[in-house]
Parts: sequence; structure tokens; C-alpha cells
Amino acid sequence: MIHSLFLVNASGDIFLEKHWKSVVSRSVCDYFFEALERATEPENVPPVIPTPHHYLINVLRHRIYFVAVIQSEVPPLFVIEFLHRVVDTFQDYFGVCTEAAIKDNVVVVYELLEEMLDNGFPLATESNILKELIKPPTILRTVVNTITGSTNVGEQLPTGQLSVVPWRRTGVKYTNNEAYFDVVEEIDAIIDKSGSTITAEIQGVIDACVKLTGMPDLTLSFMNPRLLDDVSFHPCVRFKRWEAERILSFIPPDGNFRLLSYHVSSQNLVAIPVYVKHNISFREGSSQGRFELTLGPKQTMGKAVESVLVSSQLPRGVLNANLNPSQGTYTFDPVTKLHINVATNCYWQLLSWDVGKINPQKLPSLKGSMSLQAGASKPDENPTINIQFKIQQLAISGLKVNRLDMYGEKYKPFKGIKYMTKAGKFQVRT
Amino acid sequence: MSANSVSYNDQGSVESGVDAAQENSNIPVSISSGGAAFSLFSADYKKCWFSVIADGGMDSSFSNARSFFGQLSRSEENLREFSFQSMIEVNYCDLAGLSALMDLIVVLYTCKMNGGLGSLRLEAAGVMRNALVSAENLQLTLKSDFSSEEQALTNNHKSGNEEKSSRGNEDLKEMLESSKESNLLKLQFEILLKKLVYVYLVRYAEEQQDLALLSISTFQRALKDPNQLIRASALRVLSSIRVPIIVPIMMLAIKEASTDLSPYVRKTAAHAIQKLYSLDPDQKEHLIEVIEKLLKDKSTVLSSSRDSRALLMSVVMAFEEVCPDRIDLIHKNYRKLCNLLVDVEEWGQVVIIHMLTRYARTQFVSPWREDAVFDENSEKAFYDSEEEKRVDQSKLYIMDPDHRLLLRNTKPLLQSRNTAVVMAVSQLYWHLAPKHELSIITKSLVRLLRSHREVQYIVLQNIATMSIQRKGMFEPFMKSFYVRSTDATHIKTLKLEILTNLANEANISTILREFQAIGRCATNISEVTDTCLNGLVLLLSNRDETVVAESVVVIKKLLQTQPSQHSDIIKHMAKLFDNITVPMARASILWLMGEYCEHVPKIAPDVLRKMAKSFTNEEDIVKLQTVNLAAKLYLTNSKQTKLLTQYILNLGKYDQNYDIRDRTRFIRQLIVPNEKSGALSKYARRILMAPKPAPVLQSAFKDTRMDGWMDSGLAQRMRSASGYLELSDWPAVAPDQSVRNVEVVEPVKEAGAPALGESKPAKSDEKFYSDSEEEEEEEEEEGSSSEDSSSSSSEESESESESEENSDDSNKSSSSQSEKSSSESDSEKKKKTLKNKKLQQQKPDSKDRKQKNGNTVKGESESESGSESSSSGSSSESGSESGSELDSDSDSGTDQKKNTKSKPVQSKPVTKYDGSFLSRESPVSGREGYQESEREGEMSD
Repeated sequence: MIHSLFLVNASGDIFLEKHWKSVVSRSVCDYFFEALERATEPENVPPVIPTPHHYLINVLRHRIYFVAVIQSEVPPLFVIEFLHRVVDTFQDYFGVCTEAAIKDNVVVVYELLEEMLDNGFPLATESNILKELIKPPTILRTVVNTITGSTNVGEQLPTGQLSVVPWRRTGVKYTNNEAYFDVVEEIDAIIDKSGSTITAEIQGVIDACVKLTGMPDLTLSFMNPRLLDDVSFHPCVRFKRWEAERILSFIPPDGNFRLLSYHVSSQNLVAIPVYVKHNISFREGSSQGRFELTLGPKQTMGKAVESVLVSSQLPRGVLNANLNPSQGTYTFDPVTKLHINVATNCYWQLLSWDVGKINPQKLPSLKGSMSLQAGASKPDENPTINIQFKIQQLAISGLKVNRLDMYGEKYKPFKGIKYMTKAGKFQVRT
Repeated sequence: MSANSVSYNDQGSVESGVDAAQENSNIPVSISSGGAAFSLFSADYKKCWFSVIADGGMDSSFSNARSFFGQLSRSEENLREFSFQSMIEVNYCDLAGLSALMDLIVVLYTCKMNGGLGSLRLEAAGVMRNALVSAENLQLTLKSDFSSEEQALTNNHKSGNEEKSSRGNEDLKEMLESSKESNLLKLQFEILLKKLVYVYLVRYAEEQQDLALLSISTFQRALKDPNQLIRASALRVLSSIRVPIIVPIMMLAIKEASTDLSPYVRKTAAHAIQKLYSLDPDQKEHLIEVIEKLLKDKSTVLSSSRDSRALLMSVVMAFEEVCPDRIDLIHKNYRKLCNLLVDVEEWGQVVIIHMLTRYARTQFVSPWREDAVFDENSEKAFYDSEEEKRVDQSKLYIMDPDHRLLLRNTKPLLQSRNTAVVMAVSQLYWHLAPKHELSIITKSLVRLLRSHREVQYIVLQNIATMSIQRKGMFEPFMKSFYVRSTDATHIKTLKLEILTNLANEANISTILREFQAIGRCATNISEVTDTCLNGLVLLLSNRDETVVAESVVVIKKLLQTQPSQHSDIIKHMAKLFDNITVPMARASILWLMGEYCEHVPKIAPDVLRKMAKSFTNEEDIVKLQTVNLAAKLYLTNSKQTKLLTQYILNLGKYDQNYDIRDRTRFIRQLIVPNEKSGALSKYARRILMAPKPAPVLQSAFKDTRMDGWMDSGLAQRMRSASGYLELSDWPAVAPDQSVRNVEVVEPVKEAGAPALGESKPAKSDEKFYSDSEEEEEEEEEEGSSSEDSSSSSSEESESESESEENSDDSNKSSSSQSEKSSSESDSEKKKKTLKNKKLQQQKPDSKDRKQKNGNTVKGESESESGSESSSSGSSSESGSESGSELDSDSDSGTDQKKNTKSKPVQSKPVTKYDGSFLSRESPVSGREGYQESEREGEMSD
């Protein structure tokens, strides 16, 4: 399946390679570099690149390209999914997944890659098992290791490989038994010029942090499970009970994991918590443009809209903007924040306005003028505005967890649940 | 053996090293503190340290050396080399030191990629050899240590227990703990060391074959280790060493491991099969045997442990790699695979689903038949000719229960978090499910669009393919394909593509608003062409040149398809002409003018006049079209344009571009009448003004992927990928479904199966199928053919002879035969163990089935031929057969275990069988056992 893996950094150097079968010369990456050169932006590199003898499947994360070399027929998603899993594992182990972190932990990286794939086929990808096989490096452990001369290899023979519940390690012990669940919902929306919603949908996830002793068996039930239209589970969740009773029943992995991700049925109208009034116009013939933007909350069920950030790519030809925010700060840096579009050789300027919290009594606004390049004609298209925001303690879909029960262990755990709504890809067209 | 001699030579030096190290062990503890500051030191100073390390050779410092070398990976090259050399001089004496060394090698290995340290490779290889040898040595000593320590432990334990009552045994406890700790420490070092050695070995084995061979004996020894993990990892590495010489050793190891007690080891064996196959494809026959054996592995069903599940996935993996065409191996395991699918690891699910898709396509009748029958009479006739009743059946299509089983069991996997699994299931549904059930995959696919960019890309591509064939599927989710400004370019294109495919009368207005690639919309739905044109004309007034140019080109194509009465649009474009600078658009407009100059008799000459003025400044493509326009106008309207045409032709005559000069010359000869002009000029008008066929606008996806087999595979993009397996068409007639019936225990079921078979009047037909397949198999497996035919003809006599044989060496009970557990051997056993009438009934049954489908016969005939050949003591098969026979002891052990487990289930059936018989009945008992265990699992979990 996966023949080799090359890691390529932002400047186009291969800084790590790993082969699971015979060695493939790194010159195979030349095809990738070619594609990289052709792409106008880093994201535009096609994920699958055919070459005469191999296929290169790449994934871009944290400004590092993970390039897998494939020789025979394989579902591309299989490889892509695995590469993402590798990145997740690195992040899990080293906190960040940067070139420096990988280079610092070269030996651990190799150990991990060796464990994760055998002959190019995924072997152990579950982080609980991997951590049992190879201990993640921590500062304390590094110090201890240097003094005692021990290593980061697990103290015991890995039992996880043989346990009945493959995602949970055995012999977990905590003094404080806690289980936290975060219900996070994201609104993806496109709002058109007049303020009406073109498309809006809610995607949610439940992230869990479970620190429970032994082998607890949890059930989580919802007040209104009908809301969940399309769900995907962590492998630990029992399908059949969900099908039959709409209850999440599972033996959790130890630590952090994503229990569930869901999509709220499209029949339900999505409440859009923020509205935008905008007036961005350019007068014909003059080199000045007007820019007005006002934000306001709506349908937030009394919760405050926080961490609002507005960003927009102003049209070509806008040289500078002289704006006046009623609150927060804005940055408009035509020199440093360039998105160079090589094909048309023009510059897009990024305006970003850090609003903070929206006060319903005094709506935040950003007003002012833009100056155009001398002699440039009026820009044709108006910019789209991207908005980010957060609302604490609210799941916009109305999803509510009913109760969490634990079986199989005797102690009483501390249970916590948190709701949050965020903007996903929230765009306003002007 | 040279390998051994070398290792013994080196042992001496290593041991002396140990002594030296122990003497020196108290010198520089300061190194550990120096480690942190090390990076600050100058290069010279570092060199000094290295020599200290090299001379001292104390064990504790080596672990610190680890951190040094970690830093070295980023330090200067010459220093690296130096450090390496000094490292080589070190008497790596203990595990810690060795592990440090291995670390260094790994580091160097990564360094080498950056710099050209090729010269170091040889040295590294040399060190490796030494390291391996001493590792082996150490391992041996370790083991002896172990046993002694363990003994001490147990002794302590005993004495502790005895004296517990009389004394406080705290010191004893302490002793126990300390010895445990030291045990652990060593164990841990051993693992680390081994791991690192493995990493190196696997990487360089191919280049340094001789050196790699030195390690083989270690692995061979480790294969017999009592610890299953060590056995497994030894097999894993052994099979990863790509040296052709050791193929026989690998083969033997795989065969041995495939009958190992531990499912974990068996799983590793399944992995090793692929590796061996890629190393030496000639081993195929033997490997298939192993695969067959592993597929039938009972543990996969009985125990709920993860490894047995993983085993399943590895075996299917191996199956796909080695012998994807041997569908017949799957029959008996089909239901097992379906039932276990949900519990298999996610990566395995993908592989198994792909395999099952292929399997189902060959084994089941198309669920899409209903419509097909009504539509195509020819097909009907075809069936008629084959057999009459068939038609009735296909009309009243009833899905094969196994087909249904597969669909039912894969459905929950749509909820997987692994995108690859979701895609695989979608693909399975796409190919196997009845049309009306297809809609459930849509939602899941749309969900995947939320995932990473790369995933989006692949999913969108598949949706694009699907949406061409089945628009309705994705229509409710149209909004999910709306383009966002943050999408990457290739994703935008794909989304537009899909929107185009989804467009129909109802939603076109919504899409149009969304939409820029309107051209294709229009051609797809003729009613909205006008709307599209209007939209495009609106776009024409857009200020962005590229947009205008693009739309002009599209309009050109559109008008070409509907040239009737769009003169106003042409006029509008003529007006715009002055403002458009993009050459392609200008050329398009000029061409339109020329083509439809009769519709715009007044404007066209004017445009030509303008062009004549600016001719010299135009791009080549525009010039060419100008010449064309001039020629056409000259023919239709020569009064007004004669002079202009002359002028343009003159200009073109002296153009720099030879294409234009040529064209001018040609046009001049063609249209301007003169004495020399031949017959051609008479036809000039017809040549130039001939009605042109409209261009066909269609999705690019259509031609590349319309061959009916949507796959998430690379194949979608790359047909040439090796190992791509084309999905077969639905079989016209369903192959006999009873092949999947595993040997059934319950008489009720037994009676049911043949009844079903009879309800299908395809007996003769089936026979035909089985025959042909048998022939193929005969070709595949030389040697077994003669026995095969004899077995089918004189079955009765043979089975008797076999039973005799079995009774002869009944305690030997060759494992291969029991594993294969064919109906044949079952019936024999039945005969032997219980001789009642029920049996006599069953026997003809099995015979009957055997005649019907060669697929099952296959396995039987193989086992028969194997045993026969071994009895006669000839033929090539005997070698491998005897190899597996050696392991019969261990295997029978598992058998018995399984037996005891499955007994409660077994007691259900009406007839009572004794234990020895049960062991033969493995597959079904296993399946039943699984259902039970699953139920249990649900309750207990």
C-alpha cells in the first residue's frame, strides 16, 4: 500500500523520509515539486499526482507536506486518512507538528512510523496503544531519562495489542475520576447581499476528555436526539444501541478523543446569531470608496457573542483604507499581509477587524474611506466578508445532553458538560 | 556456516569490552550534566568529548551519548563523521550503549539524507554487524540471567509465603521488587535495542545482503521464543528483509506461524505473506494454501479479541494481494466476513469491503434487473433461450439473502469516523444496492465534505461521477456544493462541475445565480438556453475582462448550437467589441460575425473596417479571424467590402507570422477571381460558408469515468495503476448460493439449502459453470487434475479409502485436512463416528452439492489430492503438506479449545454428535459461536 513517506517543508526541502518496502529514490518527489511550482497557492497542489511509475498522494498540514508514494491500486482516501492520522499522532506526541519538533524527536518519529505501518499497511493507529508502545517525550521524562539512562520505550510489553477493547489501555488509574464533554457546534453559512441566507447548516462535535479508572462503561443520552441527522462515531460507540435507542453507549478510550460528530438535519431552520449591515461602494471616476460595516446580534437566546473577528479581502486596486472602528482594532496592512496571486500578478489586501464582544446596546461598526490606486477603474466585484465568533454555553441547534451514566465501576465520577457555538465558514457576500 | 563462525569470533572481544567498561564505569558522571550544555561547546571541545567517550566506554555515559547524538544530527558534517568513528571504536558493551549506538545510526541515517555521507554507510554496516552479533550474544546472556532471576523470584516468593506468618518479610519484598525492576529494565532495553536494530536492518538489508544474512539465525531462534510478541516481531522483521536467498526460510516460518497458537502471530504471518509474495511471486501456490488455511481460522469467530479480528483483515489483505482472482476461497467465509465486518479495525474494513464488493458482483444477480427486463426485450429473449423459467424469476426479483446480509451489515459503517471506510461503503452501495436504497449514502458523502481539503477533493470527484448518472441523489444537498471564496481552486472547479451536473429545470434559477460556468447548463437543458444567454449577456457588461472574454467564448459555442435568431446578441457583442482586449474573445466575436454575417449585414462591414485600421496591432489569432471575416464578407457582400478585403489581404501578405501569410495567400487565391484561378474558386463560397457542426459540450468527467464503475480507488484517476481490479458485470445467472453455506449442523437448515437450490431450475446451467471452473482450476494447479477427476467419478470408493487412511493415523489427523473441513471429510467422519440413517440422508446431499458447484469441490479435491499424494509418497505437494503436518499437535490443541467453547451452542441441534465430530464442524459452529459471543459481549460490555 503505502510505499514510502517524504516530509517536505515550506521551502521545498525533504527533511525526513521513511520507506516501508524497498527504497524509493527521493527523486520521485520532483514530480511533486513540479506541481508545487505550478500551484499558485500552497493549497492548490492537487492531492493526487500521477507519475510514470508511482502515485504521489500528499497532505498539507502545519505548512508541511506529507507525501506518500504509492505503487499499486489503493483507495486514495485510505492514504489521505492515514496521513492525517499520522499528523494527529505527531501533534499528540509533541504538542505541535512542526519541522523543528519532528527534527528534535527524530528517533521517536521513526519508532512511531515503524509501529504505525507494517509493509505499508496500517498496524497500530490508535493513540492509546501507541502510547503504550512508545511513551511520548516530556521535559520531565527527558530529564529523568538522561539521569537514569532509561529510554522512552514502554516499561511493559504492550498489552493493548491483545486487550479486548483495543482503543483503551488497561490498568488505568486516577485519583480524581472525571469525564468532561464539550458540545461544539459550528455554523456554516453564506449570506447574500440583501441579508437573506443562501445556505446555512450546523455541524457539531462532541469532544470528550475522560479520565476514569478501570474499564468504565458509559451511556450518554440526549434530550432531543431527533435533531441529529447524520452522525459519525468514534469506533468505541456501539452502533446497535444508537440505532435502537438513540443512546450513546461506549467504553471510552483514555484521555482526549472525539466521541461523535454530527450534522443537524437541514429541515430545521438555522438561527443565524449575527447580522451584518454593510455598504461598500466605489464611485465611478473618483479614487475614493466608502466602507461601512455594522454588526449586530440576533437570535442568540440571550447569550453574548464573543471573540468576533471580521476579515475581508478587499478588491484589487485598493491602496489603503482609512477606517474608524467604534470598538476593537483593525489591521489593514497592504505591505505585509499580501496574498500574492501569481497568475494575475496582483495583490489582495486583507482587512481584519478584531471586534471582541458585541454589545447589543451599542453595536460595533467600522466606517471610513478607501483610497484606490491612482488611475485604476472602479473594482468590479465587492469583497466577501468572513466572520468568526463564539457563543459560550449555547448549542445553537438546541441539542441537550440528558444524562450520563456509568456502569462497570463502583466509584462516582465527576461529570461535566459544556456547550459552545462557533462560526465555521461564515461568509457574507456584499 | 560463515555467519556463526563470525559471531563466535567476535564474542570474545565483546566480552573483554564488558570487563573494561566495568572497570571504568566510575569515571565521568559529569557527562550527563554536560549533555545539556553540550550544544554550546565548540567543535574542538566536542571532539575531545568524543574521544573521552570512546576511551572510557563506560556504560552510563552511553545513554547520555544519546542526547549528544541527537544534537549531532544538526551539527556540522565533519564532526558527525568524527563522532561516528569514535563511536565505532567504542566497545559497545551493554544494552544501554548499544541502544545509544543504534540511535546514532538512526540519526546518521537521517543525516545521510541531508548530506552526502555515503562513505559512512559502509562503516555503519560494519558496526551493524558487530552490533548484531553482540546483541545476539547479550540477548543470550540476558535470557540466562532471566531464568536465574526468575528462579530466584519464584524461590523468594515461595519462601515468602511460607514465612509470612512467622516474620515480617519486608526485606524479602524489597528484594522481590528490586529484582522485578531490574528485570523490567533489561526487558525494556532489549526491546528498544531490537527495535532499532530492526529499523536499520530492514532499511539496509537489500544493499548489504551478506551482512543481513548474519542476523537470520537470531530470528530463527526468536521464532521459537515462548513470548508471542517476540515470535511475532521476529517474523515481522524476518519477512521484511528483502533478500531472495532466505525465501525458503521465510516460507517455512510463515507456514509455522500460520498454525501458531497465538492469533497475534498468525496475524503477523498473514502480513508476511504479502511481503514474501512481493519478494518472490513463484511462491504463490504455497501462499494461497496458507491464506486458505488462515481464512478458515476458527479463532476469528470464537474469540472476541482484537487480534483475531485483525487477523481477518490481514488475511483478506494478503488475499487481495496474492490471489484476488480466487473468489472460490471466499465462499465459505463470506457470511463470517459480513458478520464480523463491524468489529474489524477500520483499515481492515476498507480492504474487506472492497473485496466483498468484487465478490458480490460475481455472485449475485443484479438488483437493477427489474427495470432492465422491461426495457430490453433482447435480454429477455436471451434468458428465454437459455431456460424458460428464468424470466419469471428475474421479474420477481428477490434479493439473495446473502446479498441482503452484506448490505445490512455495511450500513452502520457509513457512520464511521474514517472517511475511507465511508467511501468504501458508499462505493459498495453504488455497485450493489438496488437503486432506491442508494439515497442513504448521500448524506454520509456530503458529511465528508466537512473534512480536510484533500478528502474533500476525492469525495467531490466521486460525487461528480455519481451525479452524472444519478442526478436525484444529490439534489437535496445542492447547497453543500456552493462555492466559497476560501476553497482551493481545484475544489471550486469540482463544485462547479457538480452543480452543472445537478442542474435541471426546477433548480436552474437558483444555480444560475450561483453560477459562472453556465455554458454547459444551457446545453443540458434546452429550455433554459435563453435564460443562460441572457445571464451571459449580463455578464458581458461586467467590467472584468477575463469574465467577459470567458462568456464571449461560451456564447460563441452556444450560438453555434442554436444559430437561429440571436442577431441581437451578436449586435450587442459587436458593440462590446471595442472594449474587449482579450485576444481569444476578440477572435470569437470576429468568427461569429463572419459566420452569421447574413444576420447582421450592416454591422459586419463596419467591424471589418475597424479591424482593418488596427490590424497590425492585433494578436495573431485575431488577425487570422480578421482574414476569415474579410473573406466571408467578400463573398456575401462584395460591393461594400471589396476594397477593405483587398487592404487586409495586403496587410496579411507582409505579416511576420507565416501562418497568417499562408492563410492570406490561400484566401486570396480562393476568393479573388483572376485568370489563373482554378476550379476551386467556384466553390469558395461553399467552402467558407459551409454550416459548421456545433461543438459538443459535455462534462469532462463524462468521457473519463463513465464506464459504470465508480470507484474511490486511484483507478478513477489512473487506470494504469498496477493491481487495479476491474469490477465484473453482474452475472446473468446467479451462481449457486449454497456454496456459501458452511457445513451445516442443524438438519433443518441442511434441508433448506438444497430446497433453495432446487427452486432455481438452473441445475444444468450450474453444472456447466462448475465444469468450466473446474477446468480452470485444473490448469491452475497442475498435478491435482488426475485425482480430481477420479474423485468426482468414483467418489464412494475414494472416501472409503480415505477413511481407512484416517483411521490408520487417526491421532495424527493431518491438520491440513481438518482445517479444510470440507463437506467430504465431514461426511467421512460422520460415517466413521455415527452410523445412523440421518447420515445417509446427508451424505447424498453433500454429494449433490458437490456436483452442482465446482467451487466447493475445489477445496475438497485439493485436500484429497494432498492426502493421496502423501500416501503414495510422491508429487510436489507432499513437501508442503508434510510441513504443515508437523504442526498438527499445536493445532489440535486449538481445536479442542474451540470445542469446549462452542459446546453450549452445539447442543442446540436435534441430532447429537460426539466431540470428535464437532471439531470437524468448525465453520458453522464458529459462526454460531460468534453470534453467541456477540450477544454476550453486548450484555457484559
